Amino acid sequence: MTSWTDHLIILPILLPLFVGAVMLLIDERYQQIKAFANLASIVMMGIIALLLMRAADVTTATGTAPIAVYRLGDWPAPFAIVLVADRLSALMLALTSVLAFASTIFATARWHRGGAHFHSLMQFLLMGLNGAFLTGDLFNLFVFFELLLAASYGLVLHGSGQARVRAGLQYIAINLTASVLFLIGVSLIYAVTGTLNMADLAIRIPQVLAQDRALLEAGAAILGVAFMVKAGMWPLCFWLPTTYAAAAAPVAAIFAIMSKVGIYILLRLSLLFFGVGSGASALFGSEWLVAAGIATILFGLIGALASQEISRLAGYAVLVSSGTVLAVAAAAGTAAVTASALFYLVSSTLAIAAFFMLIELLERGRDPGADMLAVTREAYGEDMPDDPDAEEVGMVIPASMAILGWCFVGCAAVIAGLPPVSGFIAKFSMLTALLSGDTGSSITPLHWTLLALLMLSGLTMLIAMTRAGIRTLWSPTERADPRIRLAEIVPIALLLLGCAAMTVQPQAAMTYMQGAAKSLHTPAAYIDSVLAPAQTRVKLGGGS
Amino acid sequence: MELIVSLAIAVLTGSGVWLLLRPRTFQVIIGLALLSYAVNLFIFSMGRLKVGAAAVLEKGQIADPHAFADPLPQALVLTAIVISFATTALFLVVLLASRGLTGNDHVDGRDHE
Repeated sequence: MTSWTDHLIILPILLPLFVGAVMLLIDERYQQIKAFANLASIVMMGIIALLLMRAADVTTATGTAPIAVYRLGDWPAPFAIVLVADRLSALMLALTSVLAFASTIFATARWHRGGAHFHSLMQFLLMGLNGAFLTGDLFNLFVFFELLLAASYGLVLHGSGQARVRAGLQYIAINLTASVLFLIGVSLIYAVTGTLNMADLAIRIPQVLAQDRALLEAGAAILGVAFMVKAGMWPLCFWLPTTYAAAAAPVAAIFAIMSKVGIYILLRLSLLFFGVGSGASALFGSEWLVAAGIATILFGLIGALASQEISRLAGYAVLVSSGTVLAVAAAAGTAAVTASALFYLVSSTLAIAAFFMLIELLERGRDPGADMLAVTREAYGEDMPDDPDAEEVGMVIPASMAILGWCFVGCAAVIAGLPPVSGFIAKFSMLTALLSGDTGSSITPLHWTLLALLMLSGLTMLIAMTRAGIRTLWSPTERADPRIRLAEIVPIALLLLGCAAMTVQPQAAMTYMQGAAKSLHTPAAYIDSVLAPAQTRVKLGGGS
Repeated sequence: MELIVSLAIAVLTGSGVWLLLRPRTFQVIIGLALLSYAVNLFIFSMGRLKVGAAAVLEKGQIADPHAFADPLPQALVLTAIVISFATTALFLVVLLASRGLTGNDHVDGRDHE
């Protein structure tokens, strides 16, 4: 017998499937009903994610966390399709539902009328995301990836228009090619090991014969390239800023989590398959991950300085954040560093999502060419025409602009990592963990490079954001006051409040991240839970 | 047979990559289709090539794994075919939309003379 709590794990996949499908049947005239159903489903998902987080965040007497495993059809593990919920997956589920909640509320103000089936597509995207976080085998990972991508193709085109269609065309072509690489990698790994279950693979990879090892590593490398395309690693990231800048604001906000899916999978698979204790292939490819991460940070920084539109700046901020997480987490290989990187991942994703939505409000009521004019004016040193007869000492900033300005300051502080906000705490703890050398290993030049890079990225993002802020908020060009609705400012405030909560209570968040990182770095518990016989498996919530 | 299959995969992949790098959207979509055929063949061959072997065990016989083809890659190929059909159809729609909006079939949306 299984208790009802055991079925919680599959609900984040089934719920959006049903809600999304039912919403397809409702006529487009009833957008309010659809919006309500969408929000209700997202809230449910959030609650489930919190329950899963609570269930996973228990340290048992043996020191290993219980990892909830759901076998579809109750077949024994290497044959069954399994869903696995550990601390990290539950955390990513919660983050996804928070972003989806904010983005849907934002969309109800205006955007959900911009095209057909916004709410259904959002639900299908969530289904793919949740599935990718929960799945325990490589092929279902492919299926869920394709699901979330198919929904994202629809969302990129939401609102239509030439720019979106062109960006969408390239986005789809690149992702289809990446999917081809994904399949090649998966089938190479299958050819060598004869299994696709992640836990089973982790056991079999150390036992692979020496002559097959090259094939296995080639497969893993091709798979890694496929995920790097999705995570936007340099030099596979040129599509990302264009696509994110072209997408509608709420869509771009939810896309902030999509590049993190690639990062999540890269972290999970590299630690599970090629962790320290995995024999001859141990740490395979980790130096490539570090190099890719560093290159991505640098590219993102240069792009951020060079971008003329704020929406492109936000796209490059996504790159910097992905690159930082990957480089830092892959470089040190200790649980403490990974925990800080996860903290950074959550805080930067929240801030970037808020930033994407904020941009839409800032841009409202501006000349389309204003950004370009401001940049050329800077470049040629051309002064503003002064009006000698002007009486006013300063312009009164309207209230709506002031609110937006404060939100902008909040986003900039978190993205650049200024004290005292969560971005700073994340960067500070990454630096501390990198330099503490708690595993007894010495501090290598690589650690110093990362240290310098983290400092540089903070400074550069601050410069880029300040420049954009002055250009948008203070430049005295003619502009109508932006009319913002409550439904548009509330989600931004909500996301920034999330960052604020992480600032006020960093200890609670950090403890959870440390638990997640520790179980990532000791995959034995994961493997044992997945492959355990059905009778002895861990029950969620202690049911019978 | 190994030679024929590998040549087939090689030709399909080569043509697919070539077409993918072309500037016209129609060539891109045909290239993607060819690539996905190549990948499907590749998945088959990763489950070891066998001639005339059944994919499922026959009733009443003692199971000898050597007499049967590996069913898992076949299941994978089926899924991959379905997914690539769906995404290619979607891509085709976007392609037509792009053609309609920009008036040409260049991937950048404008012709470079």
